[in-house]
Amino acid sequence: MLRVTNPMQEQFLYFVQQLLNGLTIGSTYALIAIGYTMVYGIIGMINFAHGEVYMIGTYIAFIVIAGLTYMGLESMPMIFMAALLVSMVVAATYGFSIERVAYRPLRGRTRLLALISAIGMSIFLQNFVRLFQGSRDIAIPTLISGGWTFGDASTFEASLSYMQVIIWVVTLITMAALTLFITRSKWGRACRACAQDLGMTNLLGINTNNIIALTFVVGAALAAVAGLLLGLYYGVVNPYIGFIAGLKAFTAAVLGGIGSIPGAMLGGILLGITEAMTSAYFSSEYKDVVAFSLLVLVLLFRPWGLLGKPEVEKI
Amino acid sequence: MNKALLEVSGLSMRFGGLLAVNGVSLTVREKEIVSVIGPNGAGKTTVFNCISGFYTPTEGTILFDGEQVQGLKGHKIARKGMVRTFQHVRLFKDMTVIENLLVAQHLQMNTNLLSGFFKTPSYRAAEDRAMQNAAFWLKKVNLLEMANREAGNLSYGQQRRLEIARCMVTHPRLLMLDEPAAGLNPNETKELDELICNLRDEFDVSILLIEHDMSLVMGISDQIAVINQGTPLASGTPAEVRDNPDVIKAYLGEA
Repeated sequence: MLRVTNPMQEQFLYFVQQLLNGLTIGSTYALIAIGYTMVYGIIGMINFAHGEVYMIGTYIAFIVIAGLTYMGLESMPMIFMAALLVSMVVAATYGFSIERVAYRPLRGRTRLLALISAIGMSIFLQNFVRLFQGSRDIAIPTLISGGWTFGDASTFEASLSYMQVIIWVVTLITMAALTLFITRSKWGRACRACAQDLGMTNLLGINTNNIIALTFVVGAALAAVAGLLLGLYYGVVNPYIGFIAGLKAFTAAVLGGIGSIPGAMLGGILLGITEAMTSAYFSSEYKDVVAFSLLVLVLLFRPWGLLGKPEVEKI
Repeated sequence: MNKALLEVSGLSMRFGGLLAVNGVSLTVREKEIVSVIGPNGAGKTTVFNCISGFYTPTEGTILFDGEQVQGLKGHKIARKGMVRTFQHVRLFKDMTVIENLLVAQHLQMNTNLLSGFFKTPSYRAAEDRAMQNAAFWLKKVNLLEMANREAGNLSYGQQRRLEIARCMVTHPRLLMLDEPAAGLNPNETKELDELICNLRDEFDVSILLIEHDMSLVMGISDQIAVINQGTPLASGTPAEVRDNPDVIKAYLGEA
């Protein structure tokens, strides 16, 4: 084993550790942020209930994991895949229903109405889960443990857990699948057309209501992927996690340029790394302050975000 | 005489206190080019918006192939075979030329989400057909070599032609063009003139046209309807309309 005593190297390892942690949290922010950005891209509305869908995704994943473990299933990959699939499907159903019940009836009215409805939906979902699951933290045993360590235990040891790697890999696969879907499939094409000109897309014979529903479904499914991954990473869930995660993902979406899918990916990763660095070099209490200050700065100086385009008012 | 494809009767549209269209009637027969003309602000575009389902008319009936279509959603009307363009070009500017034509064929590509995900042979076949149809129309409007450019980078005249191609890939029965010659130079207008006549003769499509360019309108129309301040003023063949004293008065003012 290589002995590292050089303080430079020690600091470097410390930095790498923060980078790894930031990348992990950041990729889950990115997954959630895509839901915000896709919906905004098409109907110009912030779906404030999206964080709640992520929270529900985590609960469903936990329920599936607990259930399967109780039934005696031991294969970790099987449990993981089952939890992933079920939570994606259930969350997608939530996404679809939320749009149908709370937003579609208000379409075409002033944007403020849908926004208020979204906040109401968020409060409703939070309390609905609190009623049925209780407000205390629910924990599950670690499903995936272990990892690699680098460096010297007596000074600083950087670690990379298997769970972190799984988060990256799953996020990467999900993003790749989404990118293919958006750029290659006829449904993705219709989504992009709607984002540019909803009225014209409708006049070409496409039922734009279906496309809007589809973006809610896709966004919710991605939030559920994040829900499972972060749930396993932290090991606990409560009905309130959706609020702060939603705000963070929203910040990520704005940072990258709301309406832009690559922007949401980049914004999420950047935000995650910023947070990790703040926790490491200042204080973890300032983590959220820095994250939201970043949001304010972006809104002030580059409201269209890093990869977005300056807004031209749609007619 | 050909069968009537579109029959609009007694169409009125009120916006609050403003009666923008008052009792307009029109008939477009199969394989016919009908133009709607009138001074600026006469309500021509409002008539278009009512027919294409953008607005729900306050009064009147719109029959397409004998079926009532007023008040139907835009996509339902489009599926019946009526497509339109707008006064301002409304392409999907960030998408490529070919993608613009593929989006328009969304419905013809009769495939579901799953087959798209796994790229089944039937999905590929549908994509191939859509691609060939798109290529056919790009060739027709002289844009084949532009296929992979972003639509927003085309010249104005090219964008106009692409819009017509985007309508045609849906195999419409009625094509509605809102001032297609606006902003075109005389050469491009002449090409457009030929294209429109060709669409009717070769592809059996009926055309409803709003246009300011009188030489274009007079040259290609089978029927012309004139509206002024929302009310119908005259209608008939180009020759009849040209000699109608009311029309001359509306366009040139009192002598």
